[in-house]
Amino acid sequence: MRVAIVGAGPAGLLLAILLAKAGAAHDVEVVERNAPDATFGWGVVFSEETLGALRDADPEVHLQITDTFARWPTVDIRYRGRLLRSRGHAFSAIARKRLLEILQRRARDLGVVPRFGAEVDDVTGLDADLVVGADGVNSLVRRTYAAQLGERVAPQGCKYVWFGTDLVLDAFTFIFKQTSAGLVQVHAYPFDERTSTWIVECPEDTWRRLGLDAMDEAESVAACEALFADELAGRRLLSNRSLWTSFLLVRCDSWHHGNVVLIGDAAHTAHFSIGSGTKLAMEDAIALAQAFARHPGAIERALVDYELERQPVVERFQQAAGESAAYFARVERYAHMDPMPFAFNLLTRSGRVTHANLAQRDPQFVRVLDAWFHAGGEARGGAVAPPPMFAPWRGLRNRVVRAAPEPGLMPELARSGAGLVLAGPVAVTPEGRIAPDTPTLDGGWDALVDEVHAAGAQAGVLLTHAGRRGSTRPRTHAADIPLREGGWPLIAPSPIPYAPRMPAPRAMTAADMGAVCDAFAGAARRAVEAGFDVLELDMGHGYLLASFLSPASNGRDDAYGSDRLRFPREVLDAVREEWPDERLLVVRLGVMDGTRRGLQLREGIAIARELAARGCGLVHVVAGQTVPEAAQADYSRGFLVPLADRVRAEARVPVLVGGQLTTPDEANTIIGAGRADLCLLDVPETELERQLLAAPPEPAAAVALA
Amino acid sequence: MKVGIGLPNTIPGSDGRLLVEWARRADAGPFSTLAALDRLAYDSVDPFCALSAAAAVTERIGLATMIAIGPLRNTALLVKQTASVDAISRSRLTLGLAIGARLDDFEIAGVEHRGRGARLSEQLATLRDDGVRPDLRLLVGGMTGPAFARMARYADGYAHNGGPPRAFDRAAAGARAAWSDLGRPGRPLLWGQGYFALGDEDAGAAYLRDYYAFTGPFAEKIAAGNLTSARAIKDYVRGYAEAGCDELVLFPSVADVAQLDRLAEVLA
Repeated sequence: MRVAIVGAGPAGLLLAILLAKAGAAHDVEVVERNAPDATFGWGVVFSEETLGALRDADPEVHLQITDTFARWPTVDIRYRGRLLRSRGHAFSAIARKRLLEILQRRARDLGVVPRFGAEVDDVTGLDADLVVGADGVNSLVRRTYAAQLGERVAPQGCKYVWFGTDLVLDAFTFIFKQTSAGLVQVHAYPFDERTSTWIVECPEDTWRRLGLDAMDEAESVAACEALFADELAGRRLLSNRSLWTSFLLVRCDSWHHGNVVLIGDAAHTAHFSIGSGTKLAMEDAIALAQAFARHPGAIERALVDYELERQPVVERFQQAAGESAAYFARVERYAHMDPMPFAFNLLTRSGRVTHANLAQRDPQFVRVLDAWFHAGGEARGGAVAPPPMFAPWRGLRNRVVRAAPEPGLMPELARSGAGLVLAGPVAVTPEGRIAPDTPTLDGGWDALVDEVHAAGAQAGVLLTHAGRRGSTRPRTHAADIPLREGGWPLIAPSPIPYAPRMPAPRAMTAADMGAVCDAFAGAARRAVEAGFDVLELDMGHGYLLASFLSPASNGRDDAYGSDRLRFPREVLDAVREEWPDERLLVVRLGVMDGTRRGLQLREGIAIARELAARGCGLVHVVAGQTVPEAAQADYSRGFLVPLADRVRAEARVPVLVGGQLTTPDEANTIIGAGRADLCLLDVPETELERQLLAAPPEPAAAVALA
Repeated sequence: MKVGIGLPNTIPGSDGRLLVEWARRADAGPFSTLAALDRLAYDSVDPFCALSAAAAVTERIGLATMIAIGPLRNTALLVKQTASVDAISRSRLTLGLAIGARLDDFEIAGVEHRGRGARLSEQLATLRDDGVRPDLRLLVGGMTGPAFARMARYADGYAHNGGPPRAFDRAAAGARAAWSDLGRPGRPLLWGQGYFALGDEDAGAAYLRDYYAFTGPFAEKIAAGNLTSARAIKDYVRGYAEAGCDELVLFPSVADVAQLDRLAEVLA
């Protein structure tokens, strides 16, 4: 097979090596526009040292690369004048130039001599059985087949510049520097005995406010040296055509078209802040060479195989890299946080590191984090404590919240370890029920609350008025299907039916509003009498109060339309009046509708801030269901966590988050990182528990040995 | 986890004799369900017609559309067809619905492509409100947030569109999250699917390439995912079971009753 590889970066060279090793079957040509010793950037980092695939594919190259590696186990976090160090990680890095030298020499030894300084003008003119685009982020090969490959290229994250420095670090170092214009970050790491990589980044508006957009190369070096003078400790920043730029996120629906295939950055990029670009590129080369070994002579088959193997892996890294890039783009919002959760938030930013696996890597860090939380945000030398979800919070024994779908389940959930058990939705009046099986606060609750208390937990109740989502059948087979008989009239801010086949509600009059306000206040009184510790007011999911907040359901032309928070505010005030000051009042708040004409997150955050100012002590962040066909509805894993995080960081209110969080590790990570204060867990019973709960068999007679 | 089998109703050349014989053998085999696919602009047998034929010659096996493209059909006729198959099969029908993926199906039906999600919701609401029977089992497919929401609002469970177990696992998490968000009691039913060819795998791959040609380069990957060995099928079944699938339907990619017999042997 005649193979033309465009680009002699790590991916292209490694592929050439592996194909050449496969013997006479392949005639390999490598074309590179730059000179052999052209260098861009400084060291490349491998945040996962395991280049196991490379060791198997070419032990010689593996040995040379790993012999050259700078390795270190530590991450240094410099924030608010403190240095926090986390150990137990496995970083390695190599000078990009050195990596290329090793690969070039190995290729030459195998008889492949790249043509350097050779520009390919027309990819379609390449005469080969297989054309490989290993030509990097700006790949000509990819651009030639952009439409067929479904290419998508977009800037991601902050503005950044890639410097070197003669300061030799001994850790992967993150520096967060507060400037007059905003936070500026450094990602720095060593890669040989003399030099470290020093990447500076900040959001574009900060970059402009600092005037970095108007500086030339020398001025920007000088400005960054001055900014980080303390951390550089007299050392210099080194520039190598180091210009400010935006990271380009490259994605393609397909990595091959006909006999043309992409590998490495040409096919996909992953933000540098998780340090996986070079690793992914080299793994691509290995997978592609292996696919040809598996399917000799069957190009299409091999290329499909290669994609099937690599695309899911790359997608996972791109997901993690996207989370990481987004974290650095918004990190300024966390600049008020204490160093401990700030550091843990940084370490867990991409979703790949959690409380549980950091406890494996760096048990001391996690011990200190746990103890810090337990002590209410204070460090004590040598302290030990349970993990963050078990840290007490304002009278709750821990931060685990469980929702009881039926009142009768409350005691059992209290006994299963929760700090707070929430009952509900409970309707404030019979007309405010969702369905005939929606409970109200009449009778029988005090016994359940007593049982919850006896189990050491607190009891809360979610008070709802269904509004235009009322008078429906029980949700056994579906939600939002109207009752055929025995229904009741619906009320809402505007006479717009909620969903297909649902009746139109009546637009509420002043009298209706007064009655609903009284009903909420009355329910709050009954909740006090029943002994509830926590009251949650439902302003989410398209029920009555949420339907006032959303422009998609509130089209009123009176004061309750121009100020959509007005009626929910009146209800909150009325409830706060009845609810004892020392008891927690929670608002379940739909912070965005997920539709263009609905409530947007920015306004949701402002509402959260105002509710907190009026006596809401905890915002339970939810989203969606205000309208049934929300185009941006999202149910991906942890879908509410980024919203809760934003509400907590920007409105500076305590938040509760749920959304199918099923493991203690998720809760510990979310709470430890300061993304939420409490977690609503939904823990399914496992097979092991069923096995343990099953009635034991009759004791068997002892087996006697004959 | 239960394992069902697909009818070859969308494999070109499947005639009535084959479909009926397939249904008879499926009913006698280890399969929980016999499911039909739906395509308008393709050489195929309509799923409701295929399932009525199957209903007539079977006694116990469940029948399912996996899925039928709801918005292609007039709602009243869809309800009527559903009720008819359900009546003929004596309530053995599971109705899986989704919005469909192919523009040409909509063009040939003269139905607007835009707004098909909202129309499917209306159809589901109708089926629930005064449809066939209150407990008719409904499944909804799709991979987007709105599809999960629609499933959780109106259906009893989720119908996944195939792929490796990890893809199913991720979709199942979305389905469960939407279910709990909509306040539905318990958990959604989770159905998965896959293609197989035990023997004649080239013919199977050729059919899948043709059937999925509208997806462009993705068709090759679907063809490469065809399960062509006993081991591949067993791994797939195990992977789905571990991911919490309630019912896995294996669709033939070759229209030959010997395929059904071989699958029955593998599953035995």
